[in-house]
Amino acid sequence: MQRTGKIRPSEITSESNYLNRRRFLESGLLAGASLLAGGANSASLPASAGTKLTGIVQSKFSTSEAANSFEDISTYNNFYEFGTGKADPHENAQDFQARPWTLEVAGHAEHTGRYQLEDFIKPYTLEERIYRMRCVEAWSMVIPWVGIPLAAIIKKTAPTSNAKFVRFETLNDPQQMPGQRSRVLQWPYREGLTMAEAMHPLTLMAVGLYGQVLPNQNGAPLRLVVPWKYGFKGIKSIVKIEFVEKMPETTWNMSAPHEYGFYANVNPNVAHPRWSQARERRIGSGLFASKQETLMFNGYAEQVASLYEGLDLKRNF
Amino acid sequence: MNSLKQIRFVWKPVVFALCLLPALKAVGDTFGWTGDLGANPVEALQDHFGNWALRFLMIALAVTPLRQLSGRNWLSRFRRPLGLFAFFYALMHFLVWLILDQSLLWQAIKEDIVERPFITLGFVAVLILLAMALTSTAGMRRRLGRRWQQLHYGVYLAAILGVWHYWWQVKKDISEPLIYALILSALLGYRLFRRWHRTHRHG
Repeated sequence: MQRTGKIRPSEITSESNYLNRRRFLESGLLAGASLLAGGANSASLPASAGTKLTGIVQSKFSTSEAANSFEDISTYNNFYEFGTGKADPHENAQDFQARPWTLEVAGHAEHTGRYQLEDFIKPYTLEERIYRMRCVEAWSMVIPWVGIPLAAIIKKTAPTSNAKFVRFETLNDPQQMPGQRSRVLQWPYREGLTMAEAMHPLTLMAVGLYGQVLPNQNGAPLRLVVPWKYGFKGIKSIVKIEFVEKMPETTWNMSAPHEYGFYANVNPNVAHPRWSQARERRIGSGLFASKQETLMFNGYAEQVASLYEGLDLKRNF
Repeated sequence: MNSLKQIRFVWKPVVFALCLLPALKAVGDTFGWTGDLGANPVEALQDHFGNWALRFLMIALAVTPLRQLSGRNWLSRFRRPLGLFAFFYALMHFLVWLILDQSLLWQAIKEDIVERPFITLGFVAVLILLAMALTSTAGMRRRLGRRWQQLHYGVYLAAILGVWHYWWQVKKDISEPLIYALILSALLGYRLFRRWHRTHRHG
């Protein structure tokens, strides 16, 4: 596999450097905590991938597990809009125009309309959250996202009592997204959450990775991260957020409903029809590392299990 | 051309060396000499060996049509080595799965073979190729007589199961398994057509 030389080794943050920098940032943040506490939260979003994000605060929801390298996270992707191979998105998304970006808020909410992404992001504080990510294909990563809790965004848009679900849509632009020229999935990519899932404090709208603007292949400029669900729920390059009454249609569920459910909660006890979900391969662990056991709700059971009380997870997978 | 000698001492070694290239590439990639295996090295190796197993099956199955259509009967001398390379790559694919992917956890392996149809297909294909490889020597051929030919018709089944295994394995994008399926259809279709043609001519 030929790697294009777009990322030089010098640009890849080693884990130890990264952790050192975090510790440094954290100590700095403690000093500036009073400033931040005063609501001096004004997230600015630089346009180009790779640009450093500023004003990031650390989240208590971060795992202490070692994060994957920037190279692994940004070269091994499922993003069918840019091709079905894992290396395709990194190869094909480099010229993708993630700015200017318009986001539409629609449906049962008071503050619907079209927003410029920068304006939409401005009222919030950017948080870094290091989350485990479990793909439905039985591999996993640990990823330092930068983003905003979706709950904060939803509160500002003020959904009405008719809003039972949130549905999301990815950009539909075959000119820029070569994968959309084939009918491998139904475009635009669609995903959805229940209102309770969307409002859960773990649910994140990510705009960055490793303290930088989100790379295109990772779903720039704005993507969903739901760490207790399989990765395909994390819809990328979002152009539309809609509050709806009925459970929305979602892309992978439409494509193969017996394989990909609406909930898509990580669950070692419910096998995919074609492979076991009991264990997962941690990317970056090397050729000879064995798989590790998959945890219920990807290890976030304590926080999210209550969302599914009374729901048969074998049927509602 | 002094064909027998030339085939044995020139062309066979050349073909043998070419057939080993994918294996050397895998070794080189593993140690970082010829490239790398990317973020998921186990998956990369497994895909690499699986792809080459299918390719060599197709190449081995192409020998007979090529020989018959071109009249170059010496081509048949390459059928067995090519078939054995198909088995070799299938075995490597299987061993990567067994050792590197499943870490020899027998319970999980058994469950996968029994409960996941696409793995069942691949497993049966490997068993068929194994039986053929073990009986590929001239001595075994003599000893098995008629049954040898019957056993070695298994290559058609192994190839069908192999392509089917790949088809079921991909999540959504079937374009690559489709290519194998089309090539295999042509190779098997040729044989069916020839058999039909012969019986009708003589019948």
